[in-house]
Amino acid sequence: MIEMLGLPAASSFADDIDMVFSVIFWIVFFWFLLAEGVFFYLIFRFRKKEGVRAQYITGELKSEKRWITIPHNLILVFDVIIVIAAVKVWYTVKQDLPDAPDKQIVRIVAQQWAWTFVHPGPDGQLDTPDDIAKINELHVQVDRLHHFQLESKDVVHSFSVPVFRLKQDAIPGRVITGWFTPTKTGEYDIQCTEICGVGHALMPARIFIETADQHAAWVASNSSVSVASATVR
Amino acid sequence: MSASARPIATTRSTAGMPTGRLAVWWVIASEIVIFGGLLGSYIMFRLSHDSFAAEAANTNMYVGAFNTWVLLTSSLFAVLGHKAAEEGNGPKAAKMLYLTFGGGLIFLLVKTWEWSEKISHGHTLSSSTFFSFYYTAAGLHALHVIAGMVIMAIVAQTAKRNLELHRVELIGIYWHFVDLVWIFLFPLLYIAK
Amino acid sequence: MATAPVHHETHDDHGHARAGFIRHYFFSTDHKMIAMQYMFTGMAMALIGGFFAYAFRMQLAFPGMDVPGFGVVSANEYNHLITNHGAIMIFWVAMPVLIAAFGNYLIPLMIGCDDMVFPKLNRLSYQIFLLSALILIASFFVPGGGFAGAWTMYPPLSTKPEFGLTPLGATLFVVAVGVEFVAFLLGGINFVTTAMNSRAPGMRMYDIPMVVWMIVIASILFMGSVGPLVAGAVMLIFDQNFGTAFFDPTRGGDPVLWQHLFWFFGHPEVYVVLLPAVGIVAEIITVFSRKKLFAYRTVLYTAFGTGVLSFMVWAHHQFIAGIDPRMANIFTITTLLISIPVAEMLFVYIATLFGGSITFTTPMLWALSFIATFLIGGVTGIFLGASGADIYLHDTYFVLAHFHYTFFPIAIIGTFAGITFWFPKMFGRMMNERLGKIHFWGTVIAFNCIFIPLFVVGVAGEHRRIYDFTNFPELARPALRNLDEFATISLLVMLAFQPIFLFNLFYSMFRGPKAPKNPWNSNTLEWSADSPPPHGNWPELPRVYRGPYEYSVPGREQDYWPQNAPN
Repeated sequence: MIEMLGLPAASSFADDIDMVFSVIFWIVFFWFLLAEGVFFYLIFRFRKKEGVRAQYITGELKSEKRWITIPHNLILVFDVIIVIAAVKVWYTVKQDLPDAPDKQIVRIVAQQWAWTFVHPGPDGQLDTPDDIAKINELHVQVDRLHHFQLESKDVVHSFSVPVFRLKQDAIPGRVITGWFTPTKTGEYDIQCTEICGVGHALMPARIFIETADQHAAWVASNSSVSVASATVR
Repeated sequence: MSASARPIATTRSTAGMPTGRLAVWWVIASEIVIFGGLLGSYIMFRLSHDSFAAEAANTNMYVGAFNTWVLLTSSLFAVLGHKAAEEGNGPKAAKMLYLTFGGGLIFLLVKTWEWSEKISHGHTLSSSTFFSFYYTAAGLHALHVIAGMVIMAIVAQTAKRNLELHRVELIGIYWHFVDLVWIFLFPLLYIAK
Repeated sequence: MATAPVHHETHDDHGHARAGFIRHYFFSTDHKMIAMQYMFTGMAMALIGGFFAYAFRMQLAFPGMDVPGFGVVSANEYNHLITNHGAIMIFWVAMPVLIAAFGNYLIPLMIGCDDMVFPKLNRLSYQIFLLSALILIASFFVPGGGFAGAWTMYPPLSTKPEFGLTPLGATLFVVAVGVEFVAFLLGGINFVTTAMNSRAPGMRMYDIPMVVWMIVIASILFMGSVGPLVAGAVMLIFDQNFGTAFFDPTRGGDPVLWQHLFWFFGHPEVYVVLLPAVGIVAEIITVFSRKKLFAYRTVLYTAFGTGVLSFMVWAHHQFIAGIDPRMANIFTITTLLISIPVAEMLFVYIATLFGGSITFTTPMLWALSFIATFLIGGVTGIFLGASGADIYLHDTYFVLAHFHYTFFPIAIIGTFAGITFWFPKMFGRMMNERLGKIHFWGTVIAFNCIFIPLFVVGVAGEHRRIYDFTNFPELARPALRNLDEFATISLLVMLAFQPIFLFNLFYSMFRGPKAPKNPWNSNTLEWSADSPPPHGNWPELPRVYRGPYEYSVPGREQDYWPQNAPN
């Protein structure tokens, strides 16, 4: 449903999040139409007519309260379905941290008003001299597990990759770890989604999702010109 | 109705409690949440920062204990004042309120001395988060003590002339509350090290 | 009572008549006058808040344009406008009008007493409130400009001038909010005590009109939730000005603590303003459908349930804010649970319409549109309470559209419903129905045209608080830009309909046809007083014999049965 609005799903969990959205949408849409339908029918049916007096209904009798208690219980059932769907996805995306032997770790540093992405160099390790630090450019490899370490230098920012359906606030003084696995190649938006001052609209970055070969080529072409670590911290 | 300065609404008590007392309880309820928020934040910090214990060692437990004793004693006078007011003895109630007022004054004087000493040792509002809490919480409490003393002086003035004696009880309830807040502050800021 | 004590504020040197005027309109202790003061202050603030919305929506739809009446909106001004639009609409419009104005006006009249229990405290609370509004307005003009860090005031942006760029504005903003809280704490204590202690003889618990219950529950919710934020505001001001580091991570503080303190208040606050509006709607739909309220006690219990649950849901605003991810599961469950009492309340209202005899007066149209539109606000909340979906939707325009679909029905529709319904009592004259209906349709249709598109752009990924989307290729797509333009044009249409209301209000106030005591044939006590009620409300205070919603009782000739009629 979200993809229909022109936003591809490019991470392993994007489809799950879209699924939760759709599940909630159809449940809620059904109830919404039902309630509005009954509502407008009643308004029309019981509009004032000459000589017809309103009925006296207290709503305290069990037979009358049924009209409230049955929908009440149904909502409870649907709430349970939604909770299960939501928590399942939440667990996958935020609570769980999958591991893989070839995982890539990137460091993301937010500041007013730029992103610094530190990629491991050819050795695959962070905090070594061959790290590749890039301003507003994140290069990742498709179908490979990535862990990110999110930091902020000043105020609260939020790291959002809409095509991944991923969002995480960056809190100064903390390192927040998360993960994603890109599933589609291409170039997409990274946005800051927590107001961070006057330049909040000037924090666009791009994510480049590359095939293994492209990525290796990119690493090779950048590792020699690594100005890196010194400027990061 | 035009003769009285007080609306009829004030004289009713559908809930079975005099209006003034009911209102004071609601004041206290909302105050509890304010102090609760502050102390809750303090406790969260305390549990997650080991440095707090080291900073807390700089507080003087004996001064805090003395002040606790002063406040408790003043609360006793507030109770005696209430008793006198119930018996219709306005002047005695006023005298007890002045004694309570005196307790508050001693408390503030001790606090002033204590704070000056702390500041002279370099423990200021901004020197550490523990001392930020120390001054903020105790300062907010001290403001309540001052407010209570001002109201108490006004109540004593009218009580002396045997007027509005029900107010003696109301300020007493408030004073017990101020006392109770200190009972929470004292162990949190002074004893737990 | 009628001889209010002379105050030092009255300026005797202005001459007798002038002193009387000032005393009557500015220093009155009469609950009705104080209600009017709150209402007109709230309306004036709504004009400011509405103007701000106009300015930043124009910038969003037509970036860089010279907005008529404002000028070019810079990035900092944009942030300043959205920050204060939010704060004004919630703290200086919804709160004073729904709770303070209607609470002050209705509680004594509906429970049958002559005034609030503490009239002078009541006056003081208004004066403190006015002071807070003046501080806020003053903050727009200090060097550096007004606060621009969003109404949520997240530190360190709000605490450090080098990040927020508004050294004075930020402090004044927090001070204004804090002072406003004091005003409403005083007012709330007055409301609760009055409703508990000063009911007319014969009025039992379940004879209290629903709107009074709702305002009282809302006041208690406010008192129970605002405390931590008052403490937090003190801490924030200290952080801004006195070098403490409560929220400064570089010196041992924790910025997330503020978010907890803020939202512990912020979420119950939604219900603080919702409940009075729900109460107003209950009064109106029973009168104009000539029906007894369906399951009075159920409504009351759902209000209690909502109130209790509202203290346990706050962290759903912080799902992705770095809290422990396990906590999110608990808050997902509580948040979805709260949908049950709120939905039940709406079901009760829909059930009340069954078997009625509905007349579509202006207040009834407003009340019905409250139900229809609030339903949208309610169901869209489910998406955001569900943690899995919130990962994506957090801080998008979907959130914005969702809470406008709750706050607009509450603060705007609820208020218009209340004003049009009680106007005859307030001013002793009737409003013009034709103008009222034109205003109604213009406002409600335009409102839906503003926010339905914003749901769509939100799901498509558009984020809040960004003054210009051109830097984000995915957000600069023409399809989204066109929807934004459509929303802005709808806003202009909606604003264009508001002068009709203002004209109707002021014209009817002085020139409308005289209103009888009980123009709507309503049961509740306020309609047994003169229109408008004099100081003291009744020559002799009424006695209550039955509940407030005895409409169309079989066997009675009249289809209403006033609470104070002995038989």
